Amino acid sequence: MSEAKKPGWRELPEADVLAAGTADKFHTGGWRSERPRWIPETCIQCMICWIACPDVAVTTKDGKMTGFDYDHCKGCGICAFECPTKPNSIVMELEKK
Amino acid sequence: MPTAAKTGNEAMAEAMRQINPDVVAAYPITPATEIVMIFASFVADGLVDTEYIPVESEHSAMSACVGASAAGARVMTGTSSQGLALMYEILPIASALRLPIIMSDVNRALSGPINIHCDHSDTMAARDFGWIQIFSENAQEAYDNLIQAVRIAEHPKVKLPTMVTTDGFIISHCLEKIEILEDAQAKQFVGERKAEVSLLDVEHPVTLGALDLPDYYFEHKLQVAEAMRQASQHILEIAKEFEQQTGRKYDLIENYKLDDAEIAIVALGSTAGTTKAVVDELRSKGVKAGLLKIRVFRPFPAEALAKALANVAAVAVLDRADSYSAQGGPVYTEISSALYGKTKAPKLINYVYGLGGRDVTIDDIRGVFSDLQKIDKMPTFNYFGVRE
Ligand code: SF4
Ligand code: SF4
Repeated sequence: MSEAKKPGWRELPEADVLAAGTADKFHTGGWRSERPRWIPETCIQCMICWIACPDVAVTTKDGKMTGFDYDHCKGCGICAFECPTKPNSIVMELEKK
Repeated sequence: MPTAAKTGNEAMAEAMRQINPDVVAAYPITPATEIVMIFASFVADGLVDTEYIPVESEHSAMSACVGASAAGARVMTGTSSQGLALMYEILPIASALRLPIIMSDVNRALSGPINIHCDHSDTMAARDFGWIQIFSENAQEAYDNLIQAVRIAEHPKVKLPTMVTTDGFIISHCLEKIEILEDAQAKQFVGERKAEVSLLDVEHPVTLGALDLPDYYFEHKLQVAEAMRQASQHILEIAKEFEQQTGRKYDLIENYKLDDAEIAIVALGSTAGTTKAVVDELRSKGVKAGLLKIRVFRPFPAEALAKALANVAAVAVLDRADSYSAQGGPVYTEISSALYGKTKAPKLINYVYGLGGRDVTIDDIRGVFSDLQKIDKMPTFNYFGVRE
């Protein structure tokens, strides 16, 4: 937004009240130094990664894990840490520069 | 109107019972413990509909108040001294998010050295957090101020958290006869909170408390400053309405025998009562003494104060807290700046007094008035009640 279009203090919604769902528009993928890779062959569909992800970045379809939303995954590695299968069904790999 | 014998703490708890807030989150601390303890018994006895959250610290208490208020609830809490200090981190968040939380603060010295008795250091340290601050002279005022605080905080043009203070032990634990509104009358006076947004309203979801960086933060802070500027007139309107119900008159300041006064004291809280007794005594001897009591410290009533003091020759500002600024106490510096550039202004001296509950006697106040009669010989910065 250009400087001229930003609202002054009289127009700006009080108390920093914003529309809901703004985090959806805010892509955190750019922060990532490591990215999770899903290995469907060993995945048991326990959904632990989905519960554990702090960014709702584990994608699902019909109640099943389908991979990652890389626009919002910030690469924290919690999903890989929590995945219970041996070997792991999520591995963290260095983000390509 | 019913009368009852109540301590300051009981009076505040009674006001809370009549206000019947949706949520109270509090942690006990001397000398404010009784307020929330008595209120907790009201909850246990089913006399109120309040959700009572017994949190693990004052930091959590204020955080819970913020969350509940953002959900649209009418929220109250009570604390003192170190408890208020533990809330400091959250206090400016409450004002920035425009959450009309109502707090009873019992003024108590900040540690250290550790002390549980009255001075105003806790409240004065919280003066720049965007909270409205109202001081009480006695239990009656504590009750009346707390009832009015609900309306002030929630006024659509104000929407600022508000604290009402009493003096630790001197008011909080002193039994007085006070007049209390009928329950129905109090209920009608405070009405219901109408929050513009609620975090629990899933039909109209909002984001509250998002990161506010250099491109927006300043505008939001200016909104708080402007709300504080607007607050004075609404505090006066609400006081008028309260007077119609009770006959008890409130203003931003109270002028006691000030109109023709030549010498005057400015004080907050219970010391105003002590000063009134001395003013009466001096008046009976023909000395033109007066008192200016500050009721509302935030927003600071600079204009009203400058006008009220314009014709007084000599004024002593009493500060029950030191700023350690080498430039006088917090009330003194505010009044100096309120008088700056005025063509008619009194000579001003400052006293820091009563720290850590040091007793304030009639003799102390007599001494200040006698100093005022020879103000030209007085230094600007003084103390009373402290050993040399
Ligand atoms: S790495 Fe972190 S953010 Fe990305 S999907 Fe896994 S848990 Fe979510
Ligand atoms: S935690 Fe591992 S096994 Fe469970 S759903 Fe996620 S990837 Fe599959």
